[in-house]
Amino acid sequence: MSKRIIIDPVTRIEGHAKISIYMDDAGNVADAEFHVVEFRGFEKFCEGRPYTEMPAITQRICGICPVSHLLASAKAGDALMAVNIPPAADKLRRLMNLGQIIQSHALSFFHLSAPDFLLGWDTAPAQRNVFGLIAANKELARAGIRLRQFGQEIIEILGDKKIHPAWAVPGGVRTALSDEGRARIRAWLPEAFATTKVAFDLWKKTMETHQREIQIFGNFPSLFMGLVAEDGSWEHHGGKLRFSDSSGSIIADQLDEQNYLDFIGESVQGNSYLKSPYYKPLGFPEGIYRVGPLARLNVCQQMGVPKADAELKKFKKLGHGAVTSSFLYHYARLIEILAGIEYVERYMDDPELSNDDLRADAGINSLRGVGVSEAPRGTIFHDYTVDRNGLLQKVNLIVATGQNNLAMNQTVAQIARHYVRGSTIPEPMLNRVEHGIRCYDPCLSCSTHAVGQMPLHVQLIAPDGSVLSEVERG
Amino acid sequence: MAAKTLTIDGKQITAEEGATVLQVAREAGVNIPTLCHLEGVYDVGACRLCLVEVAGVAKLLPACTTKVAEGMDIKTDSERLRKYRRMTLELLFAERNHVCAVCVSNGHCELQTLAYSQGMEHVRYDYTFPKWNVDTTHRLFGMDHNRCVLCSRCVRVCWHIEGAGTKNVSGRGSLSKIITDLNQPWGQAASCTECGKCVMACPTGALFNKGVTVGEMERDRDKLEFIVTAREKKQWIAE
Repeated sequence: MSKRIIIDPVTRIEGHAKISIYMDDAGNVADAEFHVVEFRGFEKFCEGRPYTEMPAITQRICGICPVSHLLASAKAGDALMAVNIPPAADKLRRLMNLGQIIQSHALSFFHLSAPDFLLGWDTAPAQRNVFGLIAANKELARAGIRLRQFGQEIIEILGDKKIHPAWAVPGGVRTALSDEGRARIRAWLPEAFATTKVAFDLWKKTMETHQREIQIFGNFPSLFMGLVAEDGSWEHHGGKLRFSDSSGSIIADQLDEQNYLDFIGESVQGNSYLKSPYYKPLGFPEGIYRVGPLARLNVCQQMGVPKADAELKKFKKLGHGAVTSSFLYHYARLIEILAGIEYVERYMDDPELSNDDLRADAGINSLRGVGVSEAPRGTIFHDYTVDRNGLLQKVNLIVATGQNNLAMNQTVAQIARHYVRGSTIPEPMLNRVEHGIRCYDPCLSCSTHAVGQMPLHVQLIAPDGSVLSEVERG
Repeated sequence: MAAKTLTIDGKQITAEEGATVLQVAREAGVNIPTLCHLEGVYDVGACRLCLVEVAGVAKLLPACTTKVAEGMDIKTDSERLRKYRRMTLELLFAERNHVCAVCVSNGHCELQTLAYSQGMEHVRYDYTFPKWNVDTTHRLFGMDHNRCVLCSRCVRVCWHIEGAGTKNVSGRGSLSKIITDLNQPWGQAASCTECGKCVMACPTGALFNKGVTVGEMERDRDKLEFIVTAREKKQWIAE
């Protein structure tokens, strides 16, 4: 008779996943694994399609961050055409990406993660969600929802719809920012700044009361990767790639995404549809690196906008070299929201965004093209190989959550070691393990290019392989 | 020319001999859905969407190729016709790979518009998911067989307006395929004049201008009619 503990599904993340916790003979946690159990096959069924359709097809990977795929795909298209897109198009793409980062980060912070640290780990699961947050603090919940709306409206103003706008295309974008759109975005800014301030105040208090979480929720050395500008400033759509380590030293800089296979390897594990990328020069699994808000803030020297830069200074003081606790992804997310709003504000005074020279025209000039962009959860790569007529021969997608896969495993193991004893899993412990995953704001639909809700399944596995305990939610 | 009197949906109508039921109905303001019909070229009755009921005739007749006759009593709308039209549309959707959301013609597609207007809410038949290729060998245009409904409009405009005869139909049944010249890649079809009339005629996203992205393929059908009218009325020939 096997006894087992399963956490399934993992809730309040985007997608469907399962966690296995392995016990040793003494009844302590030996290891833990995070499995993504969905499969979608975008890389395969896109073969044969014209590259011009790829931005619209691949953005269907996700309903939360379609813009990230849209932009990475359009950039891969630019590379196939071997063109420099008009400057206005580049700025407009950036504006949409900022809207995407703001809306997704607001969703992660207010809707998905805040219920844990604001309402408490031990709150009953039925209240530990955005509705519980509304009951506890209506104004905060409302402000969070509206902040997300602000980001969504930027996307809609540019692309005509909030989800899956077919707006960025190989060579540029379709439409400029209208005067009416500019006025609408501008009108949002004071409220967006005010909400961010409330969130920062809340977060500061949370950090005071959550020192333990900062210590054990994914606090370990690893590499960090993200885009940076030429001067080392925070980047989200242009720039080149940088790797830094947990001491804060830059180990590789200004790497060209076209050669990403030279420095990123992908390991495939038998128990998950999620591929595990690693930094090639260090090999697998030593080359484990993290991406996303925490990584972007670790690799950059400055945000490039004053308010966010002031916060970045405080953030950097939390680490020795790099900030290594994944619990601080939440903090990094808030700083990126603030930077995003500051950059949006700056763009509102830029007349170039109304320019109608928006699209470079060319055929296929390169048979392979890679597009890279920073999605809210981290760097994504779209790598297309086409024939001379522009039909896809090969597609490789590396997405943010995949790159955080190894870090998520470590985080889950670290939390489980602290909270799991014996052969049962108490629910609040389960929630802490889940939160370890939530820190990364993973999007499992993206990572496996998979469909579904985010149920969680946790198994506690004995040394002989039998399942001791199992918690499942769906 | 002798005039014929007939009834369409209870309306008494006088029509010229030789006119089709579709022409007469449209002149009288009665809308009959069509897909393969295209102003400016002859009709072939391929799509079966314009089927109408004629009193005294057991089978349904296509309005586009049925000539008017004295005393005809025609019904263009009934539960039976709506059922067949929906079924025809569902079969068209099931036959090839029509994915509106990522199609170049999304929002400007006659098949999509018909599905909406005829109340097609879902497809009851299993999708066949056939494997068709995309031909983007031509300098200017592309052909995606996944989105072709075999209406043959492109073939008719190519032969009878442009006179090039590049486009043809090969194969049988659902395996029929629009080909260029003797089934060569479009880019190698020597007879093609690159006039683009076929692209202008296509009701779906099967034929498109190269480089267009999702929803960007809009067509100007009036141009075809303009060319045909100008030619028939000899508008381009100086007195």
